[in-house]
Amino acid sequence: MDALVQTSRPQQPVVDMSKPKVTARDVNVYYGEKHALKNVSIDIPENAVTAFIGPSGCGKSTFLRCINRMNDTIATARVTGKIEIDGNDIYDRSLDVVQLRARVGMVFQKPNPFPKSVYENVAYGPRIHGLGRNKADLDEIVITSLKRAGLFEEVKDRLQDSGTSLSGGQQQRLCIARAIAVGPEVILMDEPCSALDPIATAKIEELMDELRENFTIVIVTHSMQQAARVSQRTAFFHLGNLVEQGTTEKIFTTPEDRRTQDYITGRFG
Amino acid sequence: MPDHIAKAFDADLEELTRMVAEMGGLAERAIADSVDALASRDTGLASTVIQRDEAIDDLQRDIEEKAILTIARRQPMAIDLREVIGALRVCNDLERIGDLAKNIAKRVVDITGDLPSPTIIRGLEHMSELVLAQLKQVLDSYATRNLSNALAVWKGDEEIDSLCTSLFRELLTYMAEDPSSISLCIHLMFSAKNIERMGDHATNIAETVHYMVEGRPLTAERPKGDTTTFATVPARG
Repeated sequence: MDALVQTSRPQQPVVDMSKPKVTARDVNVYYGEKHALKNVSIDIPENAVTAFIGPSGCGKSTFLRCINRMNDTIATARVTGKIEIDGNDIYDRSLDVVQLRARVGMVFQKPNPFPKSVYENVAYGPRIHGLGRNKADLDEIVITSLKRAGLFEEVKDRLQDSGTSLSGGQQQRLCIARAIAVGPEVILMDEPCSALDPIATAKIEELMDELRENFTIVIVTHSMQQAARVSQRTAFFHLGNLVEQGTTEKIFTTPEDRRTQDYITGRFG
Repeated sequence: MPDHIAKAFDADLEELTRMVAEMGGLAERAIADSVDALASRDTGLASTVIQRDEAIDDLQRDIEEKAILTIARRQPMAIDLREVIGALRVCNDLERIGDLAKNIAKRVVDITGDLPSPTIIRGLEHMSELVLAQLKQVLDSYATRNLSNALAVWKGDEEIDSLCTSLFRELLTYMAEDPSSISLCIHLMFSAKNIERMGDHATNIAETVHYMVEGRPLTAERPKGDTTTFATVPARG
């Protein structure tokens, strides 16, 4: 194209990519013989929401689970490559996996509160990690976490009720409060809204927007609209490959790869 | 490009493109008829142009409604979203073209007196032929998503602009020579300017086609030959 119609305009950087929180290089995951994730390399920025999208079985959840070593719990799973958080290899032999999972919290598809009181759900993690020296400290952590999860006002009179007595959306926010309580740096969310109604979903999305000021959030979602709404960066996975990553704006308006375009526009065969 | 999993979505997008093409056909006809009516001073034809403009306006409303419904129903992304936005933009330009043709037709009904020179009408006709060719090419580029045709239209507006400027100069000369021709010459000047603006709308459509295909706007400076703002005749005395 000639100079006359030179049209590219510099895109405003949405997030600072110069110092990523999580860096993954050539990550491969095998479940037995199955090669589930192929040479995935990505930088995940701090104080931003990064969304992983892609069809079922594309490897997005598998990769998410690598970030707090949840795949260690699957006997046949084998992970190669390198994942670093703040420059430290999380697959280092000397690393304490329990400590890692305190730094990298996780919220699952189905709300899974412990069959204990609302208070205990949030207090459990800090207690086993030795946070909070006394009851007053622990109370403080529980209340702050519930407030940050946007749940405190709704449950402040029911702290001793069972966590499972809350509504689905409240249970999910309780799980987020539980994850926040141990002071993580990264929060992984695996389809956190797929079991929730639109109102509860909106509340979680609003919460993600607030939480990203203090945390690095990674979300796996099947809802393209949700990825477009909540994330600053998006990565598209397909058949175990990381096909395309970039600013969410770019991925959803002018994706580079044909497969990305076909997927987000609903043309995938 | 493969079809959508939801086939009705493809049908919605195709229907939008078809409606825009239909509107484009009506706009082309309005241009040709309004200038014919002006050249032959045919007030009957002029009235028909004025009446037919309603159909263009109706189509614009239908396209807008269809586009809004498609956005609400399908939440289009990427190229699909650009297609819907493109249809909205193009129909807006076509509606303006229809209005400009109607404005020429209204002048035909009002005009009295003899033309100062037959070359003026030939100039206007030549301009409208160029605009029609531009519009045809850009509507083709819209229908086929053809970028090079769209860019040719985008760059091709200069000649229309220069013709308009020279017509302005000529008309100013006649008005200076014979003040009784002012009323007629002003009508002709506005007609020339209307045709020139139709050309601008054709280039707008070219920009929209570029956006639809490439996903980014054409931001460079377009070649322009419109210097009518500087057309003057020396003051007498």
